[in-house]
Amino acid sequence: MIINALLIAIREIRRNLMRSFLTVIGIVIGVAAVVTMVTLGRGATETVKQQISKMGNNLLILRPGQGWGWGGSPLFSLDDVDAVRDQVPGIASVAPFISNNATVVYQDESRTYDVQGTTENYFNIANWKLSLGRFFTDAELAESAPVCVIGETIRKQLFGEGVDPVGSKIRVKNMTLEVIGVTAVKGQGGFGDDMDDNMMTPYTTIIHRLSGRQGGKAFNQVMISGQQGYPTAHIVADVAALMRERRKITANEEDDFNVFDSQQLAEVISSSTKVMTSLLGAVAGVSLLVGGIGIMNIMLVSVTERTREIGIRLAIGARAREVLLQFLVEAVTLSCIGGVTGIALAYGLCDTLASVVGAPFLFDPKINIIAFAFSAAIGILFGFMPARRAASLDPIDALRHE
Amino acid sequence: MNPDQLIQLQGITKRYGTGDAAFLALRGVDLTIHRGEFVAVMGPSGSGKSTLMNLLGCLDTPTSGSYRFKGIAVEDLNKDQRSLLRRHALGFIFQGFNLLARTSALENVELPLLYRGYTRKQRHAMAREALAQVHLSDKERNSPAELSGGQQQRVAIARAIVTQPDTLFADEPTGNLDSKTTVEIMDLLRTLNTERGISIIMVTHEDEVANCAQRIISVRDGLISNDVSTRKNFPS
Repeated sequence: MIINALLIAIREIRRNLMRSFLTVIGIVIGVAAVVTMVTLGRGATETVKQQISKMGNNLLILRPGQGWGWGGSPLFSLDDVDAVRDQVPGIASVAPFISNNATVVYQDESRTYDVQGTTENYFNIANWKLSLGRFFTDAELAESAPVCVIGETIRKQLFGEGVDPVGSKIRVKNMTLEVIGVTAVKGQGGFGDDMDDNMMTPYTTIIHRLSGRQGGKAFNQVMISGQQGYPTAHIVADVAALMRERRKITANEEDDFNVFDSQQLAEVISSSTKVMTSLLGAVAGVSLLVGGIGIMNIMLVSVTERTREIGIRLAIGARAREVLLQFLVEAVTLSCIGGVTGIALAYGLCDTLASVVGAPFLFDPKINIIAFAFSAAIGILFGFMPARRAASLDPIDALRHE
Repeated sequence: MNPDQLIQLQGITKRYGTGDAAFLALRGVDLTIHRGEFVAVMGPSGSGKSTLMNLLGCLDTPTSGSYRFKGIAVEDLNKDQRSLLRRHALGFIFQGFNLLARTSALENVELPLLYRGYTRKQRHAMAREALAQVHLSDKERNSPAELSGGQQQRVAIARAIVTQPDTLFADEPTGNLDSKTTVEIMDLLRTLNTERGISIIMVTHEDEVANCAQRIISVRDGLISNDVSTRKNFPS
């Protein structure tokens, strides 16, 4: 019976191609809008998450001052770094970190880069990979060796693309460093910044030869990576408690440092993206509803227009429920055609828009199935009233209808 | 019950409206129609002949009285049961042809088969055969707009007979046709009656058309005023 109704419905739709097309447009746009919004939203969320995870593995950063400003708060000492490593549970690795802007010269090229002093641990914490050469070792750290690992952007700008700079000497301020490695490209960071325009040396090299800071509180950041699966919120709290104690901050004083939690940032950003996505999806969902009303409208017109046809069908022996089913199936078929077309359209839109907004196109079967099921449900919901009207017609009146 | 009896009406009344506006369209009709008969129902407009046809065609139910169709008490059937009765035993031809627009002749003829669960192949074969019987095999792809009035009515006849009903109801089948085409259609109906033994009950107001039938029933003021059998040789 359903197959028959489907057959009749398809014949009807073919018979009125233009009208069917116009009827379906509402659903097409609705479904396309919902699917596109949600898909792009997910893509954007994913991008942000990826960019933040590029910063490091469960990365936390201990910084002086409140918020983003440094504000003259005391920096951190090597003892602080050791204390964090030894006393805070759930930590995988800790690295002291100095960052300094310095002019870097190679032959005729001269540019300013972020010159970072740290330990070997940092490569692991920040998830750096090498495209050429090697990282520096503990031995080189111990002897303040004049070596550095440069980012891809620096290689491009100072040496030229594809040139192997390993072994070359570059001048940073008053000292000559040997390039021993190039890091693999990380690309854009979570804030749209270039992550490949920095160079790393042993912190001892910076302290002894560059910055002039001697001993004591030399580090303007402490890089911490949490153990996989250990809640970073606990680490943040423990590090904060430890630092308050070490910095002798009394109960009614505010912290003069802050702990940045990359995971938390990722969650905040992705949850706000999710809210945006849901809002846009809801707006798009309204257009799906409007599309459903369009189907109901056309089906009502169709029932009136085809009253005689319904009369013929009833006269030749169609039962009320068969007429009901026919119109219901017709409405559902229309809305399903709209759903499928909408999904196809969304696919095209996402493909284009994804490159425009710079988010990856993540095809999610779930949202497509939901959108399709929703459009079918709309067909049933809005097709029922017209179908019932058709089924309740009296064959004699219907045949007489002009 | 006589197995020859196709239709038996006893004391059939039909009232429309209620209270002061009530109107008795049929006022106690008794009528027996045998299998294989070709009956013409005549009468002026407002005589109740359309009401009678609707009742005979199981499209409507009487207000009182009993209607036996092949022994089945039609007045006891509900809407769906009457639909099934029409589906399996009756064929309908209308004055205005009532074909589906923008639909080929073949698909129009297939329409009743869609409610009977035949396969696509069976439907095609049966519809082609029915079209051949009305001499329209060469027009099966044409839509009603591409057919003449006579051809459209022949498609409608093919649609009515494709289910092999034993009774055909024709409501002014030639009302929209010229005299030459009228003769064609009447010849076709007579052939169906004599060669296939299909009982035909036809409403008309044209005497020449009515004269094609074996029996002419005249309706006036909700009652049968005259019942004349012109030929007694019913095919059995």
